[in-house]
Amino acid sequence: MLRLPNFHYHVPATVAEAVALKAEHGPHASYVAGGTDLYPNMKRRQQEPHHVIQISQLRELHEVRDEGGHVRVGAGLTLTAVHQHERIARDYHALAEAAESVATPLLRNMGTLGGNLCLDTRCNYYDQSYEWRKGINFCMKKDGDICWVAKSSPKCLAVSSTDTAPVAVALGAAIEVTSAKGETRRIPAGDFFRNDGIDYMKKEHDELVTSIHLPAPNGWRSSYMKLRRRGSFDFPVLGVAVFVKFANAKGAAAKDAPVEEARVVLGAVFSEPTIVHGAADALVGRPLTKESIEDAAEAAFKIAKPMDNTDYLLSYRKEMVMPFTKRALLKVM
Amino acid sequence: MSAKRSQNDGGASSRGSHRAGEPTRVVGKPLRKVDATDKVTGKTLFADDLVRPRMLYCKLLRSHLPHATIKNIDLGPALAMEGVVAGLTGAEMPIQFGILPVSQDEHALALDKARFIGDPIAAICAEDEETAEAAIHAIKVELEPLPTITGIEDGIKIDEPRIHDYGTRGNVHKVVNLQFGDVEAGFAEADHVRDDVIFFEGNTHLPMEQHASLAEWSADRKLTLWSSTQTPHYVHRALAKVLEMPAARVRVIACPNGGGFGGKSDPFNHEIVVAKFAMMTGRPVKVTLTREEVFYCHRGRHPVLMRIKTGVKKDGAITGMHFQSALDGGAYGSYGVASTFYTGALQTVTYKIPRYHFQGIRLFTNKAPCGPKRGHGTPQPRHALEVQLDKIAEDLKMDPAEIRLKHLTPPDSVTANYLKIGSMGLGECIRKVVAGSDWKNKHRKLPYGRGVGIACSSYLSGAGLPIYWNHMPHSGVQLKLDRSGGVAVFCGSTDIGQGSDSVLAYVVAEVLGIDPFDIRVVTADTDLTPVDLGSYSSRVTLMTGNAALQAAERARELVAKAVAEKLEAKVNDIVFADGRVFRASNPDEGYSFAKAVQYAEAKFGTIGTVGSYTPPRSPGRFKGAGVGPSPAYSYSAAVVELDVDPDTGAPQVHKIWIGHDIGKSINPLLVEGQVEGSVYMGLGEAIMEEMVYRENRNMVHKIPSMLEYKSPTTFEMCDVETYLIEDPDPNGPFGAKEAGQGPLLPIMPAVANAVYDAVGVRIDEIPVTAEKIRRAMRDKERGREGRFGPTKFPDVDWGDPLVVPPPWEGGDGKPLEEEALKK
Ligand SMILES: Cc1cc2nc3c(=O)[nH]c(=O)nc-3n(C[C@H](O)[C@H](O)[C@H](O)COP(=O)(O)OP(=O)(O)OC[C@H]3O[C@@H](n4cnc5c(N)ncnc54)[C@H](O)[C@@H]3O)c2cc1C
Ligand code: SF4
Repeated sequence: MLRLPNFHYHVPATVAEAVALKAEHGPHASYVAGGTDLYPNMKRRQQEPHHVIQISQLRELHEVRDEGGHVRVGAGLTLTAVHQHERIARDYHALAEAAESVATPLLRNMGTLGGNLCLDTRCNYYDQSYEWRKGINFCMKKDGDICWVAKSSPKCLAVSSTDTAPVAVALGAAIEVTSAKGETRRIPAGDFFRNDGIDYMKKEHDELVTSIHLPAPNGWRSSYMKLRRRGSFDFPVLGVAVFVKFANAKGAAAKDAPVEEARVVLGAVFSEPTIVHGAADALVGRPLTKESIEDAAEAAFKIAKPMDNTDYLLSYRKEMVMPFTKRALLKVM
Repeated sequence: MSAKRSQNDGGASSRGSHRAGEPTRVVGKPLRKVDATDKVTGKTLFADDLVRPRMLYCKLLRSHLPHATIKNIDLGPALAMEGVVAGLTGAEMPIQFGILPVSQDEHALALDKARFIGDPIAAICAEDEETAEAAIHAIKVELEPLPTITGIEDGIKIDEPRIHDYGTRGNVHKVVNLQFGDVEAGFAEADHVRDDVIFFEGNTHLPMEQHASLAEWSADRKLTLWSSTQTPHYVHRALAKVLEMPAARVRVIACPNGGGFGGKSDPFNHEIVVAKFAMMTGRPVKVTLTREEVFYCHRGRHPVLMRIKTGVKKDGAITGMHFQSALDGGAYGSYGVASTFYTGALQTVTYKIPRYHFQGIRLFTNKAPCGPKRGHGTPQPRHALEVQLDKIAEDLKMDPAEIRLKHLTPPDSVTANYLKIGSMGLGECIRKVVAGSDWKNKHRKLPYGRGVGIACSSYLSGAGLPIYWNHMPHSGVQLKLDRSGGVAVFCGSTDIGQGSDSVLAYVVAEVLGIDPFDIRVVTADTDLTPVDLGSYSSRVTLMTGNAALQAAERARELVAKAVAEKLEAKVNDIVFADGRVFRASNPDEGYSFAKAVQYAEAKFGTIGTVGSYTPPRSPGRFKGAGVGPSPAYSYSAAVVELDVDPDTGAPQVHKIWIGHDIGKSINPLLVEGQVEGSVYMGLGEAIMEEMVYRENRNMVHKIPSMLEYKSPTTFEMCDVETYLIEDPDPNGPFGAKEAGQGPLLPIMPAVANAVYDAVGVRIDEIPVTAEKIRRAMRDKERGREGRFGPTKFPDVDWGDPLVVPPPWEGGDGKPLEEEALKK
């Protein structure tokens, strides 16, 4: 069977200790929370940290706290805890939906919110064993120097495959990180990622994600749709997260109220969750109607650039941006 | 239950063989499996669970190039590593092996050439698995790449380089051309002729258990191999051959298999390598493959491109069929020659086909070798036939269920290609699923997006001929009756989860009137058990069942004689039931089973009997007539109801109704399990599974993992309604036929036909995925043909056909001589 390589295993008692260990061992160290992403990758030698720093035991990472209306969710919460959390399920429905759509119940019992946000990008030239990758003479993301998906591409095009990240971006959430210097900062989720399959997060390497801050629920609605072959446990090969806030969003009148603020975010078609600005333009200032939804979906369709490195034909994934965006918006109508 | 009751039921007669239709006490009851408790409590030891003292671990180095000359292999750096005990290359085991005598084309480790990514080329054994793993990466290999043969087209067109230096020509492994009657005349008579080209993509077995083997070499130079194999007898032969050992010194024990489906039916490289290592080191050596390596062992469903041309009368009666198939064989022969014949064999056993022409070609390509997967070579042609029949029914404005019912192959007949049909319950299968699914109110009547489809199939209950030519039985059973009343059954058959151990116990228990759970079943050990050819071709229940029946009846005869003598009764007045042997005319007079055995032992000496089974000879007398005959054919019919999401094309199967003609269920619970399991596997093949390679990147397998090789989970599984049709077949034990493979076959075509009913597009390519459906729907929206699939069959040099006149044209099963042909 596939076995893990040898590594040093650290179990720090505090966040400070954890970040210090990471700073000490630099690029040779990895945090591990649920391990549902890191360990399989290590078995396939996609990642080969010599030091693995366990963080799931850190108490601070498990809190869900109301901070004056908005909610702070610890990065160490398991995905099961996230989608079963009463408050989250009620006020942040899209996040609960996304968390519940990740993998299988067993993996969700281990996998964490932080780990999901930091999930390695995916590509079916890369998510393979060392022996397999030897057969293609490796690629730029690990052990090689070319991208087989687009040979002339100067950068890796591996796919952002996290379900919760597009939702975090759509909600306008902020991701809180703590560094070895003891500094804590909040990065808007929209600024957290980078469209680069290798260097896909803007946070510093030693920075630990401690929590995610969700905006106060004041009438906006959100939803998440996910394309995959099997509803039972597949990664997304297209995700659509939407956030819609209506002007004067009270009661039944909301139906005809014009949209005041909107975000449509595509997951799994780039190396980062991507905001479709054209979709917001199509939605804002008009009531949410079949026509405005059609225009928004069209805008999303236009920008999506899936590559041939996941399940499903890329042309199909692109085609599906339309119906999936429409359905995500219909859900908040 | 009282003895009286059993007498009134007729009981078991100690005269002659069990007759179909007699009341039974064990057979036909939904009992649990004899190994069920061990399985569910985790007690069962699979091959990878075995641990021996001082055991070493083996790892294979596999080629990372799809086609290459091996220039040099230097084990030196690996052997120098701490913990590494020994290394091997192909040179140490140069003798070739393979499952079929006609394709002995494999080496334990590639000798001079690597033929696909994953082909084993060297091996290491070490103190632990990590060390062995590290060591194979230290081996220095020099490979010189050769051009690759990527698929069917390449195989037909490109002769050089040849992947193998045998076969018909170039990279053509095998060509078959068999003609039964004048098909062209059949087309001329027809009111309508359809010509379709259909592709069935390859897919794999995906058993939960990865292959594992453990070899041990004893001080007196005997070899034992425990392995996850479906065919210990064939592994036994291969080991003796390659290792140049007397077979008497080789013992192969097949562990319970965690799923086989045909993927553990070949002798494998890793089995021979660990045996060799055990002999070299004197220590036990184990190997457990990774999931990725299982994909490289493969031997699964061949990708097959098919052309099917059929002439029909207005009422749907077939006047002639011309069937062509091209198989992408992968890098080795495996069962491929048989697979090729099978793509043309069973077309004739469901609907009357008076004239039939079959042409098949198998190509060598640089991919994991294909072989037998559940249905072996027959699901692809069955799919093409059943989809075409759906189209013909539409062309003729007939109901697809009716057109089938109208033209069934009659029971007790011989087909155009000389297959002898016995019992035939397909009509009843069709009627059951049509009624159960409310077909008449659904077909072409459901709202857009929802549809139903029907399809049928048939399968062998064991192949009529063994894999290597011989006149010996296909299955043997020994029975030991102990004076304590204990009964042990010994048989070479292998339980791969299908319940063959249980069937042995049920049959013996039925005949001897004892509790099946008291019987000890010893199977799949070449030292202890008589040969059974293996768990493939759905042969085990019929063949070992018959052998067990014979052995048990012989034992009953001995015991009955002894008891009759004691009771001063007639032998045919002696009954076996409820653990007693007694007088039918006075049930109170009799003995416990143990006591009865003691009388028998006193009279005859130690009580042991044997039974064996050899299938009847088939009427075909031409080259190729060996593939297709079976003692009995099972039949199935299925109706699928599904939704297609009009926006996404995604198919969602809601329910499948399936009727299966089982002859007689030895255990209906196990039969239903096999039927539902077949439906489940068929559903995966129908809508998602595919073994695909990246032509642009060295022919790597695109997705050799459980996550990315998409196979349905329980979540994707639909509801299944199973109808068992019981029409006992005279050749089966108690009338039983097969259940393990046939019910898979109708699922794929029924799904394709249902998709057409739902959204009006024809997907002439398996799997029927959302992408393909959407593509065809879009084409249709734009005024083009609403169809996805291949449009042409490549040109092939088929050579001259072997012409065999069908029985109704005066044929006797022999091919025409050349002179006759000229006339
Ligand atoms: C079969 C299978 C199916 C899956 N399906 C899906 C799916 O459908 N959708 C999906 O989104 N994911 C899927 N996953 C991936 C994974 O299970 C989830 O993304 C999970 O949430 C990862 O969380 P974890 O805690 O296990 O991460 P880990 O494996 O522990 O960590 C993942 C990465 O994040 C880093 N990390 C973890 N926590 C932190 C932190 N607090 N701060 C900084 N860095 C951190 C780690 O160093 C590592 O690089 C699947 C995985 C498997 C094996
Ligand atoms: S996108 Fe290119 S570089 Fe990135 S993992 Fe895939 S093949 Fe490698």
